[in-house]
This record gives sequence, structure tokens and C-alpha cells, in this order.
Amino acid sequence: MSAALLSFEAVSYRYPGVDAPALEEVSFELSPGAFCLLAGLSGQGKSTLLRAACGLVPHFYGGRFSGRVTLAGLSTHEHGPARLGTFAGALFQDPETQLVTSSVRAELSLALESRGHRPAAVARGVEEVALALGIDHLLDRTTYDLSGGEKQRVALAAALAGRPPLVLLDEPTSQLDPVAGDELVGLLRRLNQEWETTVLLAEHRLERCLTAADRVISLEHGRVAHDGDPASFLAWAALRAPPLQTPGAKLFTLAGLRPAPVGVRQARTSLRSGGLLPTADDCGRPPASPRRSKRARRRGSALALRGVWHELRNGPAILRGVNLSVRAGETVALMGRNGAGKSTLLRHAAGLLEPTRGRIDRAGRVALLLQNPGDYFVHDRVGAEAPARALHAAGLGGLADRHPRDLSGGERQRLALAIVAGEEVTAHGGPAVVALDEPTRGMDREAKAELAGELQRRAQLGQAVIVATHDPEFAAACARRAVLLADGRVIADGDAAELLSGGWYFATETARILSGAGGALLPEQGAALLAQRLLAQEVAV
Amino acid sequence: MSPGGTLFFYRPLASPLHAARAGVGALWALSLVVAAIVLYHPLALLSILAVIVCAALAAGVGPEMGRALRTASLVGVPIVIVNVIVSRYGLTVFARLGSLGPFGQGDLTVEALVYGAVIALKVSIVILIGTLASLAVDPDELLRIVRRLSFRSALTASLSVRMIPLLAADAQRLAEAQRTRPRAPRGARARIAIVAAVLEGSLDRAMDVAATLELRGFATARRAPRRLRPWSRHDLAFALSAVAVLGLGAAGAAAVPFAAYPRVHAALGATAAVLCLALVVAGALPFCDRRGIEQ
Repeated sequence: MSAALLSFEAVSYRYPGVDAPALEEVSFELSPGAFCLLAGLSGQGKSTLLRAACGLVPHFYGGRFSGRVTLAGLSTHEHGPARLGTFAGALFQDPETQLVTSSVRAELSLALESRGHRPAAVARGVEEVALALGIDHLLDRTTYDLSGGEKQRVALAAALAGRPPLVLLDEPTSQLDPVAGDELVGLLRRLNQEWETTVLLAEHRLERCLTAADRVISLEHGRVAHDGDPASFLAWAALRAPPLQTPGAKLFTLAGLRPAPVGVRQARTSLRSGGLLPTADDCGRPPASPRRSKRARRRGSALALRGVWHELRNGPAILRGVNLSVRAGETVALMGRNGAGKSTLLRHAAGLLEPTRGRIDRAGRVALLLQNPGDYFVHDRVGAEAPARALHAAGLGGLADRHPRDLSGGERQRLALAIVAGEEVTAHGGPAVVALDEPTRGMDREAKAELAGELQRRAQLGQAVIVATHDPEFAAACARRAVLLADGRVIADGDAAELLSGGWYFATETARILSGAGGALLPEQGAALLAQRLLAQEVAV
Repeated sequence: MSPGGTLFFYRPLASPLHAARAGVGALWALSLVVAAIVLYHPLALLSILAVIVCAALAAGVGPEMGRALRTASLVGVPIVIVNVIVSRYGLTVFARLGSLGPFGQGDLTVEALVYGAVIALKVSIVILIGTLASLAVDPDELLRIVRRLSFRSALTASLSVRMIPLLAADAQRLAEAQRTRPRAPRGARARIAIVAAVLEGSLDRAMDVAATLELRGFATARRAPRRLRPWSRHDLAFALSAVAVLGLGAAGAAAVPFAAYPRVHAALGATAAVLCLALVVAGALPFCDRRGIEQ
């Protein structure tokens, strides 16, 4: 018998009613204690592979399945998810669908009780898993009151309560802020190292977890396109799948440096050894944008919030005297932790909420795209959701007869944007402000790049763009200005090159590698900086 | 933002009722319901109402109960009106509407008014106790008791309890999304579209929840083991209170008569006063002991 905890042997699978295979001839083995990352663009089979690993495919979803999946020596042909669940815990994207009861303690107990554990073992299991995941203070809370990050942790704790040897995770950090996302990855690493829990993790933002992984499997059209350690994956991605490169790896590739670094630390070590790491002198403040007078700034405002408060009737203040002015044609990234007040601020901007104190001036309509694009779809045809011209402008003209829920993540986001922005996308028509709340959740890099391009196009047409995001790379790609919120207050407001280059969490990977030198946020900007230094070195030699 | 807006959900608060085990809390609420059903004397019913008001304030759910009281009055007022109009009993006529065709003479009587008010009070009390129980008795613990009897029914109930606020939050989100459209749809069609979208979304959500349940082994789940835990002072106090309220209800139904027809007759002697006082004391006394509950 193989020593592998999980093995796939020539697995192919088609969902019911779909001709294209979701998985095709997939073969690999996972040893106990491995930390394996699943990479790939959207729709390449990552989620299906995770479902197949725990028997949900084909037992739960049906479809045509061939090949063999073995988990802890049990074939998924012969055993269903209920039996396999003893050996595999799963955490999927939306924690709301993984919390079954009303209180955290009951949630953690239920999984153990249903497997027949005695009360003492249940009580001990609940306490231990809560302590291990740092949620012991949440045990007596109701699940409705938890934040997104807390829900994700509770769902993970419920999956791990029975101490399964394998944990399967499908983009668990997509709804988390950078701090909570890093905490979750750190937690998985600790479980992996201290308990030898095997981790199989599908993720788009590879830079967040590549350093924790010891193996990367990349999927392309349902097939294994690459299987190796993180360094070999990055070398492969540079040649074969550039959208999968991490920003650090892309920085090195563009600068002509080898090998591509797995993380910030390795990148800095490599640059330091080559004498390319910017010194403290290079890392001064980046050139600030020329300041406009207060009157000039107010005159051109597409949106101005003046001393805006949002105080709950029987609760805390969500916004505390926010002052924010956005000019026509300006692109602003709104950043901050979960619960900082970003979504509330955008709702006020769009007029969905009324400030309890303060004033909001708008130069025209504010088109707000809320977090879940699916919330906008109330018809069964794309063509019925938005005017034809708006669909055409969004590149969806050929999809008018499709059902909105059959669109890919990026297409759904574009359709939702077309719905809220309306027909006209010109300097003199359409909304004065386009506001987006966390638009990149679950998007791959290609879709994010497309969206960033679309937002810049709107800004060039004179629309003010304001985007609440947890993704510093996306913020750097689409915004010139960044605003940091904390506890309902604006704690930093300035040039994106300045704000996104000077921190740990709210900074791009390129900025962290280069210590913010020259205000370089994106790999292209960083590579230009490194090219200058290389040239200077050659001249000196 | 709390899901569901105006819907009521259990939250663990620092109160004796929240501190009592769910089974006992539910029994205490049930004893008040039974007492409200068997007693007809208006003063006795008002005493139960007083117990509920005291309990709501002591449990820290006063504002929610205030909203429930408004709902109860919306239900109670029509009951009184309908009874006054349709009841043909009672001798004290206070208004004559003349002939009502097949319904006979439209004589409105004081007795029908009083009886309607008593029934409305009973219904209001049941609504208020139900609200109080949903706010202060842990549904998960209660369902855990039921799981020992019927696992699947309890799990279905548990999921329903969990899904209601989620669906309410979905509906709120969808309505918000529709408001952000350039030409926001209004009226009945917009509402129907939102309801359809919520239902469609709930099916997707149900699939995901079912997948989670499969993996957590609910398909092969066994009977939940009995959880032994010592009885706290609050468990004992509410259990004794429930027994006392049930006893007073039974005794009061026999000892303190009330009749609305043909003329209103209510015992107003010392026995009635003692019953009312005993009901208030028995029902509210457990709330006086706040030891061991502070969070």
C-alpha cells in the first residue's frame, strides 16, 4: 500500500450536463505533512480537485468520473464524504455556508457529537481546537455577530475539530484583509508544522502563501501543468504562465534576474548579494504629487464628505468625522482592515445611508458596485440586466443570451459594473463617481488587470473612481491616491506611491522587496529601478 | 449590522434567564403560556403580563420586547373588534347597529368587549412569551435536546433557525443592490424579483451547506450523547418557578372564577389578590438572584 495520504490516479471528471472536462487525467500523490498549493487561473479545476479529494465529487455533485482517488487508504469510489470527512476537513470560500448553528461553541461541538464522541471528549476537543486557532474568546458568541475573518476561523475550527490529517482549503483568504489573511496562512503553517496536518490550499494570491508551501501543483484546463517545489513553479510560470507569477517573481523576471524569489526575504537576500538592494538613502520619501489649494480641490470635487459620522442607535460609531474629497478623473483606493468603515463610507457616498452628522456633496450620480456582483442579477438573461450599449462597452455584447449566473467571475463583475454605471461612459454622461466595494474577491490576476484597465478608462473620461480593496497590488494598479481607514477615521491620505510603499501589510510585494525605493509599487516600476542600478553598476565597473 | 433587521435572535447576555439551561428556560416560558391559557381572570392575566415585563427588563431585552408588544397589539385589537361585532352573547348593550341581514341584530355588548379583550390579552401574552424565549433561550442547546429524540428533525430545525437571518440579510443586500441601479426598479415587480433572487440564492446556499454537512459526517450521525452538567442556582430557581406557576395556574383556574357571559363576573376578593401576587412573585423571583451570571 502507498504511504501517500492522498493520491489521484488518472482522474477525469465532467460535471452533469457539461461536455468540457473539469479534471482530465490528473495524477499526483500527497505525503503526510505536506503543504501543497494549488495554482491556476479561474475555472481551471482547482475547486473541483478539492471536491474530488474529499469525495464530494462525484458522490454529491454527480457527473462522469473515471480514475481513482484514495484518501487515507480509502477509495472515494467505495466511501462517501461522510466517511472520508474523518480524514479530510474542508474550508471553502464563503464561511456563511459552513456555519450551521447559531453559536460558536455549538458549531464546534456538532461535528464531534455527530461522530459519536462522548461529552467529555467533545468538551475537550472544542476547547483545544478553539485554543489552537485563537478563537477561545469567541466560544460564547453567536455566529451572526462575527466578522468575516472570525467566521472563516470558526469554520476552519469546525473542520479541524475532529483532527483530520488533511485539510482542504479553497481560497480561504479571499474575503480577508491583509492582516487576517497573513494570520490565517501563519496558522495553517503552524498546524502543518506542529501537528503534521497536511494542507492542500487553492489560492489566487500566491505571494501570500508561497513561502509556507513546500509544493505547488498548477492546473490548466483541468490538467496538471506543473508539479514541483515553489522555486521550480516560479521558473515554470515565468516561461509558461506569466499571469501566475508572484509580483516578486515578475519583478526579477522583468529585471533579468535569476532565480525568481519565493518570498520577500529571499528576494532581498538575492538583491543584497548582487549589490542591488536599495540603500537607506534610496528609500526616502517618494516624490509627492503637487498639492492644490483647498479651494481648487473643493471646486473640482466630484464627491466631498465633510465631517461625516455614522453612529448606530444602540452601538458604536462606524464613521467618525470623515473628511474626504475626490476630484473628477481621480482614482482613489480605500484601504483598511475588515470593519474599518470602508463599505459604510461607500454606502454613504452613494446615498444608501444618511450620515448621523456631517454633509455629503455629490457632483452627480454615484454608481456603487457592492461586494457581491450576483446581488444585481434579477433576470435570467444578461441582455435583460443592462442596456445594450452598456453591455457592448463592457465587452459583454456577445453574451446577451447567457444566464448571468453562468458568467465567469470577471464577466459577472463587468456586468454588475455595466448595470450600476448605466448606458453612458463619456465625460458628459453617466455617473460622476464610480465606487466599488471589494471588486476583486476571488478574481485571478488577468481579471484584475482587466478591471484595473476599465477603471482607468473611466477615470480618463472624467469619472471619479473610488475602490475599497484589501489588495495592495490592485490598488497600485488602478489608483493614484490611497486613503487608509481605521476605526472609522481617515488615518492616512496621500499619493498611492507614498502610502503603499511604506508599510508591511498595506504595501505591495514590490515595495516591500525594494523598501519603497523610488515609490515603485508594481513589478514594472521596480524592474525599471533595478535596471537603473544595474546600469550604474556596469558604468562603475 | 445585525442580520435580519427587525427579526429577533438569541444573543448570550448577562441575565438569570440566559444563564439557566435551555431546557429549564423553555419550561419556564411554557409554564407561563399554560397559565395564560387556563386562566381567564383579567387580573391574573395582567399579573402574567407584569411577569413578562419584569423578565424582559431583567433579561436586557426590553427594546425588542417593546417592538413585540406593538406586534401583539396589532393582533389583539382586531380580535376585540371582531368579537364585539360577531358575539351574540351578553346582556349589557352599549350600541345598536340595527339589522345586519342574515347576521341578525347588530347589538354590541359590554360582555363581548370584555371577553374579546381577555382573549386578545391571552394571545398577546403567548406572542410576548414566544419572543422572550426566542431572545433568551439558547436555540442550539434546545435543539441539542431534541437531537437525542430525532436527529434529522432537529438538524433541519437548526438549519432553519440559522438560515432565517441569512436569508433576511440576503434580501437586504439584494434590495440595496437594486437601489444602486440608475433607474431603481420599484413596486411589486421589484419586490417579486428580489424574492425570486433570494430564493435562487438560497438554493445555491443550501447546496453548499449540504456539502459541508456531508463532510462533517451528518449522513452517518449517531444519537447525541447525554450531557451531564450540575444544576446551577438559576436552573433550580427557574425550574421551581415553572412548577409554582403551573400550580398557581391550575389552582387559580378553579379558585378564581371568571365569566364574561351573560354578564361579566370576576372574583375580586382576597383569593384573587393572593393569586395575582403569588403569580408575580413566583414568575419574577428567579430574576432577583444575579450571582454567577456577569460576563
